[in-house]
Amino acid sequence: MAETEILVPIDSEVDIISARRHGRDLARSAGFSLGDQTVIATAVSEIARNILMYAKRGEVRFRVVNDGDRCGLIVVAADRGPGIADVDLALQEGHSTAGGLGLGLPGARRLMDDFEIVTAVGEGTAITMRKWRGK
Amino acid sequence: MAAKEERSVWGGAARPVERSQPASESTATLLRELVAHLRQQRTVLREEWARRITEARLLTAMTEEEVFAEATSVYDNYVEALETGTFEALQAYARDLSERIIPRGVETHEVVGIVLLLRDVLARSLFAKYREDFAKLDRILDAYEPAANSIANTVAVGFVQERERVIRQQQEAIRELSTPVLQVRERLLILPIIGVIDPQRARQLTEQLLQAIRTNRAKVVVIDITGVAAMDKAVANHLVQTVEASRLLGATVIVTGLSPEIAQTLVTIGVDLSEMATVGDLQGGIEEAERLLGYQVSDIKEVSQKS
Amino acid sequence: MQVPILKQGSYLIASIQSSLTDSDLCQLRDALVGQVGRFRARGVIIDVTPLDVMDSFAVRTLRDLAHMTRLRGSETVIVGIQPEVAFAMVQLGLTLRGISTALDLEEGLAFLDSRTDEAHGRD
Repeated sequence: MAETEILVPIDSEVDIISARRHGRDLARSAGFSLGDQTVIATAVSEIARNILMYAKRGEVRFRVVNDGDRCGLIVVAADRGPGIADVDLALQEGHSTAGGLGLGLPGARRLMDDFEIVTAVGEGTAITMRKWRGK
Repeated sequence: MAAKEERSVWGGAARPVERSQPASESTATLLRELVAHLRQQRTVLREEWARRITEARLLTAMTEEEVFAEATSVYDNYVEALETGTFEALQAYARDLSERIIPRGVETHEVVGIVLLLRDVLARSLFAKYREDFAKLDRILDAYEPAANSIANTVAVGFVQERERVIRQQQEAIRELSTPVLQVRERLLILPIIGVIDPQRARQLTEQLLQAIRTNRAKVVVIDITGVAAMDKAVANHLVQTVEASRLLGATVIVTGLSPEIAQTLVTIGVDLSEMATVGDLQGGIEEAERLLGYQVSDIKEVSQKS
Repeated sequence: MQVPILKQGSYLIASIQSSLTDSDLCQLRDALVGQVGRFRARGVIIDVTPLDVMDSFAVRTLRDLAHMTRLRGSETVIVGIQPEVAFAMVQLGLTLRGISTALDLEEGLAFLDSRTDEAHGRD
C-alpha cells in the first residue's frame, strides 16, 4: 500500500466533519471493519473539535502504516495554540475547560490503541493516535 | 520402506538397551563411548547436519541462523538422550520446538526428515571412526540404531501431537467465535456464551449482537453466561458496554447464569452493575423477557378495549 | 443544514438528513425546545439514522435537548442509532442514561404512545 498522507486543515466546524470523513474513508480503504471505522471517525471528531475549541485552527493528518504483518492507521492532530498546561488533568475524565463533557481527549484515548500528547505552553499541541487493524 | 523397517524397531525401542539385553553392560559402555565421540565431534557434525538440511531443502521457512540454532539444540538433546536413555527432556524440547515452528508452516515430513538426516550424519561419522574394526563397528551400530530410532520416533510423535493440539485449538476458537445469536420468539434474542472470553471475542460478540438486534427488531435480549468460567475486569466492563449499547438500539438486556465466582469478581473489582438486569438462570431470564414483552402487549390490549 | 421538524398528532418529529455541524445541532435543540411549547407537543422523536458518528458534543446536545423538553412537559426519544455508532458511543463513555431510545421511527412512536397512554391511565 502506498504510504500517502492526507492532510485536513481545521479552522471551522465543517472541517470537523471533513476530518472524520477522511479518517473513515482511509480506514475503509485500508480494510478496517465498519466498527473500527466508526471508532476512528469518532476519535478524530473529538480531537478535531479540541483544536477548534482551544487553538482555533490547526490540522489533522492521516497515514496508513504497515508494520510487519500489522496494518495501522495513524492520526496526528497538530496546532500552534496555547498548549496544555496540565496534560494529566486534560486526560482526566470529566475535566473540561470549555464547557464540554470532558470526554474529548480521554474518550479519544480510550477509543484508540495508542495515544500520545506532545505539548508546550504557548507553542502548541500535537496528538498522535493509532489504531491497529483487526484488533 | 525404510519407514516400515523402523516402525518394527520402534515397537520395542522405548528402552533402547533392551534389544541387546544379553550384552547390556557392554551396550551401556558402547553408548558411553559413542556419546563421547559425538560430543567431541560436535562442531563438525552439527555443521555437516545443518548443511545437509539446507541441501535437502528442509525447514525453508526458517533462516539459516535459526536452522543452525535449532540444529545445535536438537544435537545436544539428541546426544543427551543417547547418553541417559531417557526421553523426557527430548520430548519436552520436541514439544517446545514444534510449538515454535508450527506457526511458521513447518511440515511433518520436514521434522521427520531432519531427524533422519541427523541419524544418518551420526551413523556415517561412527562408520568413519570404526571402519578399521568391523566387529566393533557392528556392536556400536547395534547400540546406536535402536536408540536413534527411538529418538526419531519421539521427536516425530511429539511434533504430530503438537500439531493436532494446535488444530484442535483452532477448531475450538472457530467454534467459539461463531456463537449464535438465537431468535427464540419474535423480538426476543438469546445469546448463550460458552468458553473463554477474551477482549477480541467479546468485541465480536457485541458487534454480532447489535447487528442482530437491528435485523430482528429485538426488544429484549437474554445473555446467558452459564458456560463462562471466569471473567476479568476488561471483559466485565465490556459486558456492561454491550448492555448499554443494546439499550441505545432500544433493546433491554437480561444477563443470566452468573456463577458465584463471577458474581464475586464483579463486585470485588467494582463494575457498575446498576444498569444491568440479572436473573438467576436462563429459564428465569426467558420468563422475565416474556413478561417484559407480554407486559407491553397486554398494556396495548387494555387500551384498545377501553377505546 | 437545517433539520426539518414535522408535527404529527401531538408529537414533533425531527429527521436528521445528514452529518450536522455543532451549530446545526444547537440550532436543532433550540428549535425543538421552542416548538414543544408552541405546539403543546407531548413527545419528541429525533431520528438520527443517517449519523455515522455521535461524538461527545452531539450526545451532550441531544441530552440537554431531552432534559429541556422534559422540563417543558414533553418526552424525547432518540431513534435510529446505528449498531456500530452505539458501540463506539459506549466505548467513548457516552450512554445517554435517563434518555429514551428506540430502534426506529415506528418503535419510537409506539413507545411514546405507550407512555402517553400510561399518563392517561393515571389521569
